[in-house]
Amino acid sequence: MRDVSIIGLGQTVVGEHWDKSLRMLGYEALNSAMASARIERIDALYVGNMLSGELTKQEHLGALIADFSGQRGIEAMKIEAACGSAGAAFRVGYAMVAGGMQDVVAVMGVEKMTDQESSLTTSALAMAADAEYEALQGLSFVGINALLMRRYMHEHGYKKDDFAQFAINAHANAVNNPNAMFRSLITARQFADAKPIADPINLLDSSPIADGAACVILAPTAMAREFTDKPVRVRASAVATDTVAVHDRRDPLYLEGGAISAQKAYAQAGIGPWDLDLFEVHDAFTIMSALSLEAAGFAPRGKGVRLALDGEIGIGGRLPITTMGGLKARGHPVGATGMYQIVEVTQQLRGEAGANQVRDARLGMAQNIGGSGATVVTTILERA
Amino acid sequence: MEVARYWRTTQQRYRMEGEICPTCSGKIFPPRDVCPHCQHEAKTPFTFSGRGEIFSYSTIHNAPQGFEKFAPYTVALVRLTEGPLVTAQLTDVDEHDVYIGMPVEMVTRVLREDGERGLLVYGFKFRPAFGVSGSSSQAVAVDVRAPEHAQHEVMIAR
Ligand SMILES: [Zn+2]
Repeated sequence: MRDVSIIGLGQTVVGEHWDKSLRMLGYEALNSAMASARIERIDALYVGNMLSGELTKQEHLGALIADFSGQRGIEAMKIEAACGSAGAAFRVGYAMVAGGMQDVVAVMGVEKMTDQESSLTTSALAMAADAEYEALQGLSFVGINALLMRRYMHEHGYKKDDFAQFAINAHANAVNNPNAMFRSLITARQFADAKPIADPINLLDSSPIADGAACVILAPTAMAREFTDKPVRVRASAVATDTVAVHDRRDPLYLEGGAISAQKAYAQAGIGPWDLDLFEVHDAFTIMSALSLEAAGFAPRGKGVRLALDGEIGIGGRLPITTMGGLKARGHPVGATGMYQIVEVTQQLRGEAGANQVRDARLGMAQNIGGSGATVVTTILERA
Repeated sequence: MEVARYWRTTQQRYRMEGEICPTCSGKIFPPRDVCPHCQHEAKTPFTFSGRGEIFSYSTIHNAPQGFEKFAPYTVALVRLTEGPLVTAQLTDVDEHDVYIGMPVEMVTRVLREDGERGLLVYGFKFRPAFGVSGSSSQAVAVDVRAPEHAQHEVMIAR
């Protein structure tokens, strides 16, 4: 297997792009990633996306975006794993370069969510859950997370306000990210007063739907310095799965897929969790931050919230998370989110995170979660 | 919901028919053909009692398509007496009276309305189990509430 590095990165602003189509967003991210790697041609393109069929009536995104971006003829295809789609696309591109099948590969996540009315978007997102046994009961994706959060509070004795720091930290970091959707601070008071959407989850527990695209270019590490002075090495890439339906899990409050995925990644990189300088966590809801921190080995079961309560998760803390705003404040264009996470870890490791720069960042991890934990993609990157 | 898909899943939605594993005797719902406990094939039908207790719950205000006219409604994870967890709506109960640990029993109700012609999809929901109803095995006083219930009321009132 060949060692693989990231040689270029690009992203669009996350938000409501009423003036841009799905393919235009994809092109914009790909074009800026290729410019940062100083290349005009790629060998292959893998596009992570969840909802284009349902919300844009458009599948076949590999060929569509390759052609629209002036790359007609190359190998290209779409990869789908619900909200984990972009992480999965990264994994496929990584395997292609590592295995020697391709040399210069673009991996992208793209999503266009804001064109449709909210009940359709809500049904579309519920496709990440079990259609016959969860969605048929009228359960929404927010609802699934609400079931987990209420049970977590019940079993571990937390109050609703104990989760506030996850959202406050994400917003504080988004203020300095020009690509973030919500560049505004929030207070504990605002969190406490936020509108409930599926009790105990309120508006400020939840990441917003959005449009956006992000992209990185991969190449063999041996070739990387031909393209950039700041290559970032891929130290680990792992995918694991769990049951799609929460009710089928042995313990609904333990993300077994997250734990398996993280353990595989730590083994590949030869490190433990506390060797990491930062962690881009999949904070679709505050409860997912807590469960992910536990599954990835940063806290015992029921103690993930403590890391936030004890002030460990800020930029200067023991474990900086959601350093550019996370899903909560950068925004959550679902099938693109995993690539935003990887782009943001790369920015940190290249020393390009501006006011949010984690000092001396050498090792960073992104964990991208599909559904409520059924697909978990873990990626560990290292400054070269 | 498509007609074929509707009929294919009728037994499980109307009668809570799941499976029992011939190898390890694990009881399985929803039916999944391969036992989640021992990974052997398990296709022997087993009808559940339809009794259990609330494991967690939440009320949906922003409903997916097909459910808009029923919103708001409360969805729960129910721990069935026989072991499995199941996702189901609650009915015949005010959301403020629901608590973790509440005993519930299955009933058959309209789940959703499909399309303009309005095909009604029937399936199971759960309602509070008021002591004895059909079987003598349940005699739970309904007003014994988990202390946690009081906390939730405070939260909702805020
Ligand atoms: Zn078995």
